[in-house]
Amino acid sequence: MSMRKHLLAAALIVTSGAALAQDKAQFGRPATPEEVESWSITVAPDGVGLPHGSGTAKQGEAVYAAKCQGCHGEKGKGGSALQLAGIKGTVGARDTTVKTIGTFWPYATTIFDYVFTSMPYQETKSLTHDETYALTAYLLYLNEIIGENDVIDAQTLPKIKMPNRDYFIEHIKE
Amino acid sequence: MARKRSARWLDEQEVVAGNGLLHRRMFLSAGAAMASAMAGYALSDSADAAPLPVEPWMKTPTSEGFGPYGTPSRFESKVVRETPPPSASTGLGSIRTPLHMLNGTITPSGLHFVRLHSGVPDIDPDKHKLLIHGLVERPLIFTLDALAKYPMESRIYFLECGGNSQTLYQKDPIRAGVQRIHGQICCSDWTGVRVSTLLEECGVKAAGKWIVAEGADASGMARSVPMSKIMDDALIALYQNGERLRPENGYPMRLFLPGHQGNTNVKYLRRIKVTEGPTHTRDETSRYSILRPDGKTVQFFLVMEAKSVITQPAPELKLQGPGLYKITGLAWSGRGRGIVRKVEVSADGGKSWAEAAIQSQVLPKALVRFQMPWRWDGQPAVLQSRCTDDTGYVQWTRAAMIAERGLTGNYMPNCITSWAVNPNGEVSHVYA
Repeated sequence: MSMRKHLLAAALIVTSGAALAQDKAQFGRPATPEEVESWSITVAPDGVGLPHGSGTAKQGEAVYAAKCQGCHGEKGKGGSALQLAGIKGTVGARDTTVKTIGTFWPYATTIFDYVFTSMPYQETKSLTHDETYALTAYLLYLNEIIGENDVIDAQTLPKIKMPNRDYFIEHIKE
Repeated sequence: MARKRSARWLDEQEVVAGNGLLHRRMFLSAGAAMASAMAGYALSDSADAAPLPVEPWMKTPTSEGFGPYGTPSRFESKVVRETPPPSASTGLGSIRTPLHMLNGTITPSGLHFVRLHSGVPDIDPDKHKLLIHGLVERPLIFTLDALAKYPMESRIYFLECGGNSQTLYQKDPIRAGVQRIHGQICCSDWTGVRVSTLLEECGVKAAGKWIVAEGADASGMARSVPMSKIMDDALIALYQNGERLRPENGYPMRLFLPGHQGNTNVKYLRRIKVTEGPTHTRDETSRYSILRPDGKTVQFFLVMEAKSVITQPAPELKLQGPGLYKITGLAWSGRGRGIVRKVEVSADGGKSWAEAAIQSQVLPKALVRFQMPWRWDGQPAVLQSRCTDDTGYVQWTRAAMIAERGLTGNYMPNCITSWAVNPNGEVSHVYA
């Protein structure tokens, strides 16, 4: 700690009231495991954060028809919202310039992460874990990455390699 | 007689670069001659002023001025953000700041640019909480009341959307003004609590090298940030220009990452999860990434590099005939310490340059205001500005940017902008 920081810390202790009259102010309340779990879900590419549950494309088709098709169109294309599927090849190989999940997205886990928190657009955070797994499977199936009856769960999802994965570069690495 | 004298004075001023750029020292010795020679910009043509009469407001007192929250003069009604785009009805889109109508460096909060992913959430501050969890010893929850007890930090920082000036990637220059093209750069006095203070209280585990921050809006916008940046100068911002954050800008709290891409400054912040690596959220993979001509997509290009733009004249404004003009604009950089070392201006499309005068304070990662005297002879001219920061980085040309990133880069365009002036005094956006 520099002399200046020492002085600053000393000044804070002297000039502020009882609340700050300790070495380090601590006002955070401990979060219980239940609170953390219910708060939200973040899914990393290695699968950390994926909840229990599973689904197949066959199951996801019905969920998609009920909750997604209105904006994203039949089979992920032709809707008012972004195109999700229906284009062959990848953006990286310059087969297309249209960024769908299949042509562009580098990680399959991002589908679960995004759909569970941010979709359906008009009623987000309303899908169950199983519905989200099933939708993820359906979107992968529409992009010809998995089969119709392949089970997507916390074990299988992180193992999927997306077609455009190797075309991504990280500008900042830690 | 006075007009003749000022014309002679103007002819005596030192020309420092092509097409009539004059030495910036003129502003140091500004006197009556300069004042009478200086021409103004207009939103439209205006008539000459009449002799000064005794106006009604000089004679009668009023009862105005005692309202609970002040508003600008009714004569300033044109100083507004853009008309909302059609997509705004769904909560998606952005509106931009009228840069050509402002001066100084601080953006009035009500004119700050807005980018929303699912509209403004109507957050009750008494119910809002911030959770910090993941790779920490103690997951903790912070209320607004709790955050208010920590030592605060106030800093003046710029905030720029990663998609600001995006249209410079288009093949042809769009016919639009500085507000439409560049109006997602703003600067405010931000006050809040250091994120490092809260993370130290939670106890970050050795494996925690990144965080992911999530907003409480319906979209749950989330971005990953390296721990080094978080520990360096990141804030949980609670106040903007002395008052609570505006709803459009993150009320009641947002992440603030000085000098970094606007989108990573997550608004409505509800959760920080400490992680081993980046989460690769949708908004840092398929969005806010730079697609190069070789097919590679660059992620986590987070630092806003040195940039500047001339805000007067601009396509929204018109020159009122040949004469002396003051060019002014904004410069900034998020690189290194974020210090603007110099701003240069060209009036001949980049063939020759001269250093502008800096009229504002030069603060780290904050907007800097420059000004430059210019004697316009009524002939076509192309105005440009370029910023150099204290890392030695020089704002690049559009041609250089497109050579590296192609027309698909989409984000983080910090190249030089060109305004063409025609003999009628009209200003337009061009590539030069």
